[in-house]
Amino acid sequence: MDGLAHQVIAGIATGGIYASVALALVMIYQATHHVNFAQGEMATLSTFIAWSMVQAGMPYWVAFFGTVVVSFVIGVLVERILLRPVQNAPVLTHVGVFIGLLLIVGNLTGWVFGYTTKVFPTPFSSEKPIMGGLVSAHELGSTAVTLVVLTLVFLFFRYTSLGLAMRAAAYNPRSARLVGVRVGWMLALGWGLAAAIGAVAGMMVAPVVFLDPTMMLGILLYAFAGALLGGIDNPSGAVIGGFAVGVLENLAGAYVVGTELKLTVALAIIIGVLVVRPSGLFGRVVTSRV
Amino acid sequence: MTINRRALLTGTAAVLAAPAIAAAQEAPGVTATEIRIGSTNALSGPASSYSVISRCLTAMFKRLNDQGGIAGRQVNFIVYDDSYQPPRTLEQTRRLVEQDKVAFLFNQLGTPTNSAIHRYVNSRKVPHLFLATGADKWAQPKEYPWTIGWQPSYRTEAQIYAKYALEQKPAAKIGLLYQNDDFGKDYVNGVRDILGDRFDAVVKLVSHEATDATIDSQIVTLQSSGCDVLICGIIPRFAAQAIRKVFDIGWKPMMFMTNVSVSGSIVMQPAGVEKGIGLITSDYRKDQSDPSWADDAGMNEWRDFMRRYIPDGELGDNNYTYAYGAGSTMIQVLRQCGTNFSRDNIMKQATNIAPLEIGTLLPGVKVSTGPANYHPIRQMQLQRWDGKSWVRFGGVIEGANV
Repeated sequence: MDGLAHQVIAGIATGGIYASVALALVMIYQATHHVNFAQGEMATLSTFIAWSMVQAGMPYWVAFFGTVVVSFVIGVLVERILLRPVQNAPVLTHVGVFIGLLLIVGNLTGWVFGYTTKVFPTPFSSEKPIMGGLVSAHELGSTAVTLVVLTLVFLFFRYTSLGLAMRAAAYNPRSARLVGVRVGWMLALGWGLAAAIGAVAGMMVAPVVFLDPTMMLGILLYAFAGALLGGIDNPSGAVIGGFAVGVLENLAGAYVVGTELKLTVALAIIIGVLVVRPSGLFGRVVTSRV
Repeated sequence: MTINRRALLTGTAAVLAAPAIAAAQEAPGVTATEIRIGSTNALSGPASSYSVISRCLTAMFKRLNDQGGIAGRQVNFIVYDDSYQPPRTLEQTRRLVEQDKVAFLFNQLGTPTNSAIHRYVNSRKVPHLFLATGADKWAQPKEYPWTIGWQPSYRTEAQIYAKYALEQKPAAKIGLLYQNDDFGKDYVNGVRDILGDRFDAVVKLVSHEATDATIDSQIVTLQSSGCDVLICGIIPRFAAQAIRKVFDIGWKPMMFMTNVSVSGSIVMQPAGVEKGIGLITSDYRKDQSDPSWADDAGMNEWRDFMRRYIPDGELGDNNYTYAYGAGSTMIQVLRQCGTNFSRDNIMKQATNIAPLEIGTLLPGVKVSTGPANYHPIRQMQLQRWDGKSWVRFGGVIEGANV
């Protein structure tokens, strides 16, 4: 029974990683109604930028917020330079751009920073082990950060007119434009915010899995499963989904299907959700008139 | 009709030179001025921390060329990126063999990747030399005569760990954490070689996938199954995670780590140097951080090479000493070829190395091959992490012949 509890706790700790990345995926979906396949790679690049700042001697939190700002700018630039020219192109064109972006950013990161594993600092540390060492102070701290980001995202979309305008721009660009929303800039803003949230996720993930250019490769898949499970248009759903995937994956791996099929569990969740309940557990069912 | 002296001399010279020209034309990838060698490595993708190996080899061939090359020929070392993806390895290898027309293939990285081209290179009779993988399957002289590995195989390594563990703890319960591919499964086979029928009773097997975010769950499973020995066949990122997690949950097994994942700067520092105290591994190379080699002639030769050719290289990354050993072996084989660089002769020389000492290998560890011996290195020494460096203990152990 001890083993079971330990698996659940370890799963929650890993789920926290998925949750933070899932949140970034939801953010971009909210703002553009696309899923950005390069989200993980962009987050990794941001994390390397933070790492360089820390290496250069900056205090952690200065580097942290500095990176968030730089990432926001990068996100906006990516939208302005790469996405805007294909704004009205079919969705497959966007997918092509996303995959190209994934390869370019991923390899660029490796080329600039090298492929060797690096240690990324954490601002959260504790002297004595928490819960017998199953959870680290960093994992608790990063979960708190994820929840703070979640709250901010929720407040932003729910209570600010900018958030409302962004939702409108994503949901119905034509009508939004008619009522005076600057749709193009809303999309750019959405990209910027998603990149910033991705940067936070990357900086929270890196101390656990260690920093290298491929850090996000596997995580993005699990995060995607989490986001879909919770509802791709619902930030809190995505966070809950991320935690749920972490726990489910551990329990299935340890007691049901064996470790060889752990990854399959994530893929089964994706397919299962899409077949049975495409809007996810907490997502809104959108019916549109044809 | 008179034959003038000049014409006679020219004619004679042409006749004498003809076989040499013919031989040069017949040997693929070799001209009067160049020897083309091909390789693939993970320059991008999840295994790309090994890309420093091809970087080091490229620098070694550059040094060789600076010194005049081999038999008056410059070595042209072509490395393509396969991202550690087997289909791409096959594609790039075909490009090397069929378009670039390389003389032979050298030190391609990875077990799944080399598996994808194993048949291809053997059916085309292209020497496939000194692979950067410790899988045991490269030593099949009868079935695959054109393929040969270099480092001690993972299976040999696992045999040594299991032997030592049972010697120290005859009633050991062994946990085996392995990556779910040929690389990891060699460790399962090595431990099985030693335990035989007792394997199922003594060993708890747990695998992980290269795509997993963390392996915390696997460590927890192994701990709760009551193992007191832990043998790990996992790549560096997960090795660092495993060392840290085992320490954090207060578990104290006798822990063995595959020697591909024990680099001071890549694994031990990320994991936390004090968290790895007591960890056991094995090596056949000299660790540059070991003070015993501070003034060692062989290591000084390597340090001098690094300073001149790879000034920004991370000295603590032992992939460099690995690559230096493999590169030195390759250069020795090229020298043994004399002026005959036909594929047959290259393969003949590669499988005919008299015990060879290399500056970056431990004393007593020698590279040697023969027509029936496709295991160039079969000796290793155990070593333990003391918080700062690896401390060797016991003598050099020769792997079992299974």
